Amino acid sequence: MSMLFKPVILWTDALIYLLVLVVLAFVWYVRRNEHMLAPWRRVGHSASGMAALTVLVFFIAIGLLDTVHFRPAVENSGNSEQVYSVEVLSLLDVIAEPLRTRVEKTYSAPFAAHLYARETIELPDGGQVREFPRLQFGGAHLQNPDVELVADVTERAAVGAAQGFLGWCVLVVLLGALLARQDNAGLLPTLFAIRRGATEVPWNAVLLTLVLILSLLGAALALSTHYHIFGTDKVGQDVFYQSLKSIRTGLVIGTLTTLMMLPFALLLGIMAGYFRGWVDDVIQYIYTTLSSIPGVLLIAAAVLMMQVYMETHPELFDTIAARADLRLLFLCIILGVTSWTGLCRLLRGETLKLREMEYIQAAHAFGVSHWRIISRHILPNVMHIVLIATVMDFSGLVLAEAVLSYVGVGVDPSMISFGTMINAARLEMAREPMVWWALLSAFGFMFALVLSANLFADAVQDAFNPRVRTWSLKAGKLRRTERTKTPESKPVAAAAKDSNPP
Amino acid sequence: MNPLLQIDNLETVLHTGATPVRAVDGLTLQIMQGETFALLGESGCGKSMTALSVMRLLPEVGEIVAGSIRIGGEDLLLLPEAAMRNVRGKRISMIFQEPMLSLNPVMTVAEQIGEVLQRHFNLRGAAQQQRVLEILNQVGIPDAERRMAEYPFQFSGGMKQRVMIAMALAGEPELLIADEPTTALDVTIQAQVLDLMRDLQQRSGMAILLITHDLGVVAEMAQKVAVMYAGEIVETATRAEFFHSPAHPYSRKLFASLPGKNKRDQGLAVISGSVPPLSREFVGCRFADRCDHAWDLCRTTAPGWSAVVVGHQVRCHLFDQTAGSMLHSSAGKTAETAPQGIPAAPSAVTNSELLRVVDLKVHFPIHKGLMKRVAGYVKAVDGVSLTIPQGGTLALVGESGCGKTTVGKGILQLIPPTAGSVRYDGLELVGLERKQLREKRAEFQIIFQDPYSSLNPRMRIIDIIEEGMNALNVRNNDRADHAGQQSSSLQGQKVDALLQRVGLPPETKWRYPHEFSGGQRQRIAIARALAVNPRLLICDEPTSALDVSVQAQILNLLKELQASLGLAYLFITHNISVVEYLADEVAVMYLGRIVEWGSVDEVLGNPKHPYTQALLSAVPVIELNPKREVIRLHGDLPSPANPPAGCHFHPRCPHAMPVCRETYPGSSNFSSIHTAHCHLYPQPQNTSTLQPQGAET
Repeated sequence: MSMLFKPVILWTDALIYLLVLVVLAFVWYVRRNEHMLAPWRRVGHSASGMAALTVLVFFIAIGLLDTVHFRPAVENSGNSEQVYSVEVLSLLDVIAEPLRTRVEKTYSAPFAAHLYARETIELPDGGQVREFPRLQFGGAHLQNPDVELVADVTERAAVGAAQGFLGWCVLVVLLGALLARQDNAGLLPTLFAIRRGATEVPWNAVLLTLVLILSLLGAALALSTHYHIFGTDKVGQDVFYQSLKSIRTGLVIGTLTTLMMLPFALLLGIMAGYFRGWVDDVIQYIYTTLSSIPGVLLIAAAVLMMQVYMETHPELFDTIAARADLRLLFLCIILGVTSWTGLCRLLRGETLKLREMEYIQAAHAFGVSHWRIISRHILPNVMHIVLIATVMDFSGLVLAEAVLSYVGVGVDPSMISFGTMINAARLEMAREPMVWWALLSAFGFMFALVLSANLFADAVQDAFNPRVRTWSLKAGKLRRTERTKTPESKPVAAAAKDSNPP
Repeated sequence: MNPLLQIDNLETVLHTGATPVRAVDGLTLQIMQGETFALLGESGCGKSMTALSVMRLLPEVGEIVAGSIRIGGEDLLLLPEAAMRNVRGKRISMIFQEPMLSLNPVMTVAEQIGEVLQRHFNLRGAAQQQRVLEILNQVGIPDAERRMAEYPFQFSGGMKQRVMIAMALAGEPELLIADEPTTALDVTIQAQVLDLMRDLQQRSGMAILLITHDLGVVAEMAQKVAVMYAGEIVETATRAEFFHSPAHPYSRKLFASLPGKNKRDQGLAVISGSVPPLSREFVGCRFADRCDHAWDLCRTTAPGWSAVVVGHQVRCHLFDQTAGSMLHSSAGKTAETAPQGIPAAPSAVTNSELLRVVDLKVHFPIHKGLMKRVAGYVKAVDGVSLTIPQGGTLALVGESGCGKTTVGKGILQLIPPTAGSVRYDGLELVGLERKQLREKRAEFQIIFQDPYSSLNPRMRIIDIIEEGMNALNVRNNDRADHAGQQSSSLQGQKVDALLQRVGLPPETKWRYPHEFSGGQRQRIAIARALAVNPRLLICDEPTSALDVSVQAQILNLLKELQASLGLAYLFITHNISVVEYLADEVAVMYLGRIVEWGSVDEVLGNPKHPYTQALLSAVPVIELNPKREVIRLHGDLPSPANPPAGCHFHPRCPHAMPVCRETYPGSSNFSSIHTAHCHLYPQPQNTSTLQPQGAET
């Protein structure tokens, strides 16, 4: 009895699993500590932050699905030895099987039933015509695309969106029931409270985002089985599929790079600030030197060296995916090594301030060892900076990957990423008629990812920055407006501002 | 006569957190022309919010919900914002607490004052410069013509406060609001600034609304006093009436909780608990929960105003017409209950020396240039010698910047001393290895000034207290390793006992520091220090960040701990009344050196050094007709990087002689322990051997 597949854990997969474990442990730890929970609650009170998080959750889900890799078994007759395909697939590939396998000949526009290029077709009578041939898969079910296409697309989209909406309704009721049970309130009042925005967490913003996403997703899924909704690229691959695959690459670059640089930044930054003296001097010289070298130059040099090494040692990798993956990991490491200086400088400054705090002095008076002071007193008190820097860096790194791949020193050409998509699409921009969809969908997905990451980062920064108290301000305004509505109060100062000078 | 400022039923609400905070709740007061009106109260009573409401400068979350504020008959709350700008700085101006933060660091002093002149008098150019110069001369800035073109960082704290006053005066206001104008300043500087304010008031006839928590400042400045508690005024009186016979139980408690010489042998009266949060709804008297005289009526009905005598009103049921009979019986009771018995410490002071510091020096190098060449030294501590007997208390007194705190940290080896020796119980601490020192660390501990920065906000109380135990009792734990469970439960019991000892319930050990008030945090800091069973505690201004009533609680605790545990204290402070209350011996420090040393009675009763004399005379006292002559010191503390030659004090000394400029005086003895370094007194013959540093200069 042999297995139908052989699990494959690539390097980045392992690191992502580790990251997920760390995040889960962190969540568990934060939930047990009231003082750490408080700023996260403030994040939960930010409407834009929670809406952005809702979008991010979908991106992360897709990224995680694309992380579970395996090699499917290959049918072979008689041989007892089970043979596995050389192709490494992910769960996402399996789910998006129709998207992945239905490859056209070359370019086709979104929702098209015909190819984008004329071809010479031999007629049964031996004559030849040049025309746009029908696509093999896109809109293949239509008898007469010119007439039926719009109606079919509309109908399928409407049905898909309606299904998405239904799913959303189920979610709303589930959420309402959950909240109602927590507050011991009725379901209907709870739902109305959500609508009014009277809940602590702005569920109305979350649900509004969710209804948009679910409807769009429903429509997209319903359509994508019969059409190439974002068109196809030069070799006829579905652009929608490519965009989905790019998400994992972006997420890996955005998160693993931070993971790579954190040890450098934390260790060196805190050491420089805490020990001062020559340690500080050495570390400062290192990061000043490093940050004065142009980053792209350093990255290009490292990537090219690695590329040469990989090409001369093909025996190290049993699949193409493994090679591409290792290259991605190295890109993360290189980006991490070149980008720790900013955070390091911030941490050094904060540690310089903290080490003069009286509780550190008190710890010295107890003879507490240096490493214990660093780990128990300084590290927890700089974590908010690390967190803010991490979420703020994320979007920058996703964009950096796109730029590097465009320049040609980014990920492996066989790996689908926003950068490679843009790189492949750029030449076609000059074509007449223009091929615009590949670029547009890469842009759209990346924009959504980076924008939601940025909005979420803003919410995190507001919540963790002690000088900003968004929630209390907002709550104050809310209450103020409520009070102006009630007749018995007299908002004197507010009235005074409106009145004319005596 | 019409009042200049009339506030009626002012209600100010702050929208922070879940429930609105009623920072000012129905406040009514009036200030006459040319009068100094003091608003007195602890922190969190709404004093500053009252001032900001008058200026209409409330923070974003603040809102005035009811009442009226009239200045000269004009209701400020009805003015549009544009008209309000003509009032601010012109009719009412304000001085803030922190002179360092109230001036714009990138504008010269003349520009900042000129801004006011331009706004309100449309003065420009030479006329403006002329007026700025006049004002600066008025507030006593020496060499004003040159200094007006300088930036705030070139001024010292006291000078900055003068500049702030100059800015406030530039608009020739009818009312000056001074929000804790001297709290951030040293006593000698405070005396200068208060003097200046009195002088200016006499000349210009403006009214002053003085906001302060310091009874001494009130006694020196005010004509009328209003005591504020939890958002409302509970007592108003003339100064004489107020200091002669304070009526409200809260006011009386404030007086009783002041430390002083005559209370040495007893505990200070404390006001139990703390100011209630203003976010809650009040039924009845707001002080009822903390009041010794409270009865049922106080908890159900809010007291109205009752007159004690004409012009002296109080918001207390004790003085109600109907309940007036209560007054006498309860007033009698006060006298019995107020001083709670702390067993007068049967002087545990033995003659055995616990700590001997000889000629301690801590110099900080000043680095300059690219190669960080050492260009000089800040001589923060420059030859300090002191001894503390077992179970005794030595107070180290001096102004900020004189090196008191550095002495404390130098003794604990938190800052490596440059020279000198610190012998603890016969063991030399200077130059010990970190590891050897660690074994001794449990014996001497420190309590810091700011209870907000001395506890790690990310650790629970139990972790904070156990940290020292774990770090120092490593060997104990090793021994008890096979009984690990038992030792940890023992440790848990010890934490409980410690918390109880400092007056906190043991359940609090699971909480985080931000859940505690300032006084409670200071208790936790004390518990943390006590956890390792020290014999010497260095208290670095442990009460200066606390309110008077909380200060009394902490001082009582420290005194009680000394009595029961036989602790020795090195008490670093600038508060003379605390010294009088707590200390056995006093050392007065000036610019890195001890200038006078002696027992409390000798130094405070018969000060010899001119600096001690000036310092003591500058402390505001709560007497109506102080029969003292205040010695006004001119100028500020010189920089320790570049101390004056000869006696460090000579540039400010009223008795300076030619010899003072040349040599540092040796020590003159007045009794077995009372010594002073001053040329006014006969110098010992062998100066050079006794005072090597004197010979150097």
